[in-house]
Amino acid sequence: MAIEYLGLSEINGPLVVLEGVKNAANEEIVEFLMDDGTQKIGRIIELYEDKAVIQVFEGTDNMSLYNTHTRLTGHPMELGLSPEILGRTFNGIGQPIDGLGDINPEMKVNINGLPLNPVSREYPRNYINTGFSAIDGLTTLIRGQKLPIFSGNGLPHDKLAAQIVRQASLGAAGEDNFAIVFAAMGVKYDVAEFFRREFEESGASEHVVMFLNLANDPVVERLLTPKLALTAAEYLAFEKGMNILVILTDITSFCEAMREVSSSKGEIPSRKGYPGYLYSELATLYERAGIVAGGTGSVTQIPILTMPNDDITHPIPDLTGYITEGQIVLERSLHGQGVYPPINVLPSLSRLMKDGIGEGFTREDHQDVANQLFSCYAKVGDARALASVIGEDELSPSDKRYLAFGRAFEAEFVGQKESENRDIMETLEKGWNLLGLLPREELDRINTKILDKYYKETGR
Amino acid sequence: MSRTASIYGINGPLIYLKTDPGFKISEMVYVGAERLVGEVIGLKRGMTTIQVFEETTGLRPGDIVEGTGAAISVTLGPGILHNIFDGIQRPLAEIAKNAGKYITRGVSVDSLDTEKKWDVTMKVRVGDVVHGGTIIAETPETPAIMHRSMIPPHIQTATVVSAAPDGAYTVLEPIVTVELPDGKREEIALAQKWPIRVPRPTSKRYPAGKPLITGQRVLDTMFPLAKGGTAAVPGGFGTGKTMTQHSIAKWSDADIIIYIGCGERGNEMTQVLDDFSKLVDPKSGALMMDRTALIANTSNMPVAAREASLYSGVTLAEYYRDMGYDVAIMADSTSRWAEALRELSGRLEEMPAEEGFPAYLASRLSTFYERAGMMLNLNGTEGSVSIIGAVSPQGGDFSEPVTQNTKRFVRCFWGLDKSLAYSRHFPAIHWLTSYSEYTDDLTAWYRQNVSPKFMEYRNQFMTILNQESSLMEIVKLIGSDVLPDDQKLTLEIARVIRLGFLQQNAFHPEDTCVPLEKQFLMMDTIIYLYEKCRTLVNMGMPVSVLRQQKIFERVIAIRYDVPNKDLNLFEEYKKEIDAFYEHVLEING
Repeated sequence: MAIEYLGLSEINGPLVVLEGVKNAANEEIVEFLMDDGTQKIGRIIELYEDKAVIQVFEGTDNMSLYNTHTRLTGHPMELGLSPEILGRTFNGIGQPIDGLGDINPEMKVNINGLPLNPVSREYPRNYINTGFSAIDGLTTLIRGQKLPIFSGNGLPHDKLAAQIVRQASLGAAGEDNFAIVFAAMGVKYDVAEFFRREFEESGASEHVVMFLNLANDPVVERLLTPKLALTAAEYLAFEKGMNILVILTDITSFCEAMREVSSSKGEIPSRKGYPGYLYSELATLYERAGIVAGGTGSVTQIPILTMPNDDITHPIPDLTGYITEGQIVLERSLHGQGVYPPINVLPSLSRLMKDGIGEGFTREDHQDVANQLFSCYAKVGDARALASVIGEDELSPSDKRYLAFGRAFEAEFVGQKESENRDIMETLEKGWNLLGLLPREELDRINTKILDKYYKETGR
Repeated sequence: MSRTASIYGINGPLIYLKTDPGFKISEMVYVGAERLVGEVIGLKRGMTTIQVFEETTGLRPGDIVEGTGAAISVTLGPGILHNIFDGIQRPLAEIAKNAGKYITRGVSVDSLDTEKKWDVTMKVRVGDVVHGGTIIAETPETPAIMHRSMIPPHIQTATVVSAAPDGAYTVLEPIVTVELPDGKREEIALAQKWPIRVPRPTSKRYPAGKPLITGQRVLDTMFPLAKGGTAAVPGGFGTGKTMTQHSIAKWSDADIIIYIGCGERGNEMTQVLDDFSKLVDPKSGALMMDRTALIANTSNMPVAAREASLYSGVTLAEYYRDMGYDVAIMADSTSRWAEALRELSGRLEEMPAEEGFPAYLASRLSTFYERAGMMLNLNGTEGSVSIIGAVSPQGGDFSEPVTQNTKRFVRCFWGLDKSLAYSRHFPAIHWLTSYSEYTDDLTAWYRQNVSPKFMEYRNQFMTILNQESSLMEIVKLIGSDVLPDDQKLTLEIARVIRLGFLQQNAFHPEDTCVPLEKQFLMMDTIIYLYEKCRTLVNMGMPVSVLRQQKIFERVIAIRYDVPNKDLNLFEEYKKEIDAFYEHVLEING
């Protein structure tokens, strides 16, 4: 029999303070009942003897110091899980919103998750073919990796993510074994709808679990949404042996929510007003990707974040880049030139790529070709800078060849038709065709043997 | 006399007590029914602050906190190597055995295996007078490393009153009993404790004199680190901090590697564990892991343990140094450690200094880096602790507080550069922003052990690279065509140095680790080429003519084409350069 407490002693933004509580635990979930019958839930975030600071997920509207009944549930935030969650849609705090009734849970799991023991992890090595040359060739996605898309408002990151989901031959071993967990945090209705439609059209909706916290949903709920999604993903991957692709969009909204709560708690801010534990919080999300040794399942994460003002040094992309295993960076000027996907390959990176490509995985020349393309494209930047000063006509023949290479690289290698799905051999062939535009002496990153085998000069 | 108190308040990883049962600062405590490990960090009348090294979910006010009387310590003894620990030295493999794939809370495991019997050879006999640091027994800890057990440093002088015979012992069985001058007796086992925040004492510190050879050209030749030295590797994400650390951990000539993954990725630690368990150390023929201990406190593990992990690591390193080994610490990354300080400081509501970091950031960093050094140990052996700390500056901007404060306390700065990383020039250590204060200290060593010309060549390389950078300013404005030929040659040779010498391919079997002799001969060949070309240019040959001969490409490819074992091939290159010289003279003469 749980005790009910009547009234609150303070309400401040999303936080309320309750005094006189007995036997409350840190991180425990509490339920509020207002006198008009509405219900809310909250989480204890600080405790001082009999005083509890509680974060209210649905916002504190309609709450007063007198009308609220509070009940402790005795457990931290949990998500009920069973294989039935596939194909279902939940709100930001894990309640079904598709009208199909409650889940009959097989187990209940604390959504905060636990750190995966590095000893129990398996180092990811299997590459995923996404069908994009810029990704497969240069920033290869590996099963069990966390590879975010750094984007900006108005860039086609949603389209890119949806197409990756559609084309990723992740489930090639058996379609049943493949599922998508989609978490929307503070995104527009249209975006959520776009993804829902995409999943439906590709026939994947039976394999999708959606957690939706839309832009007009309560801000604090957003702090839970990705944790719920990842709990579901871990369950499916590590308990049910499935290969899970998790899409989290938009990490920026998640961080904004954290800042909002932090400031109403009166915490000392660090950079740009974000709390000092932003890194730790982001890490507890991103680190929940990977493969457990001895299991068959995997969690691959593609978080999407919109860089405020396209600034990659902003704390959110910056800290993300330090945790994730690489990043795919979208570039506004490429988008302006009509290149799709507008991936700026230079700052893009996949840290797990080196161990998942090459002989036995893709092809022996993959690493060298990738390095050479990066190196040559970096020189294109120098040639362009020079051309903007002295004019293209005055450039040396070598610089002119680089300009030609740069144009072709953007148009033919990075750029591809929507719905075009290239396999890795095609991507590598395209890479060699481009390198053929340059004289052999310029190719200093490629092993002599490999050059002999694949290089054909095409330019002049 | 167990002292206990009950919890008053909980805030993230911090808990507060209203009563004070006489806890000491830095004392280790057990918190709550699950006996989570914590440390006392603040004492005020009526308020004790404790940081908890595990998640505090589920703790309640009123839960019992129990003092242990001892400062937070690590256990030192055989079994540290070839092992992976968390930030407070709990072995992760044991945790996995007890708790499954996740790290759950309150797992109670011993730091070292207490069951395993070690093969011990005694080094002292009854009646011997021993001092702190005296080696009492030896144990082959791994195929590569002989573990030397020592008298704990707090004992000044004592006499051995009983010593066990050679044989197999666990780490807890006493092997020696000593009598102190005041008549008290003390039993000594293989395992001993040492508080992590206190440096282990030594007799004397030596100045730097020997390089830590890493097999990485840009480090060994351009910016060498001394044994017992300190280096920082700052760089934005994706510039190759971790790769640099991995390369040094794999190939450096230290005897022992302590690799601290502080707030970094779980997969990276798995990779180190994976790789090092397979790779064979060319020096000893044993596995890399046999000389390595890993401390993994990944970014999602509790933040207070992250703060402790650096100290745990350096204490383990000092222990092996006391045995007479050269130890290198890889700390990846000190920024995450600084952020842990910031997070805890914020929760303690301390007045923040720059960017929210606490004002004591600089002093904490300095006490950490000062634990490095080449030492004369208490027992007369010599050993060193070198610290290589990665720094992850926010936004890749080196002006932020952690990088700036680190710079003050390290003598070697290997600045990683984004634009080099973007063009996949690895290691992306930029030759203009990096420096090493050890070059002067080490000149004598290089002169004696490699070649008298080593440092001269190195300085010549630096001059060429610096000239290149100022010439590039002009090239960026008007293109390279208008430069005079001697300057064009400087650019060409700088290119050879960048591609053929500074760049190094960590995935190429020959190029991943290069002995100093080959590094020297590569420099020698490049300088030889430069001089020949300069003669030709002075005779009026245009650089474009020289370039047609492909000799530059040949020299660039030396790093792949000349095997590390077959250094005689360099003679061929000199002949080729001579032939090239004659040929150019012939066709243009």
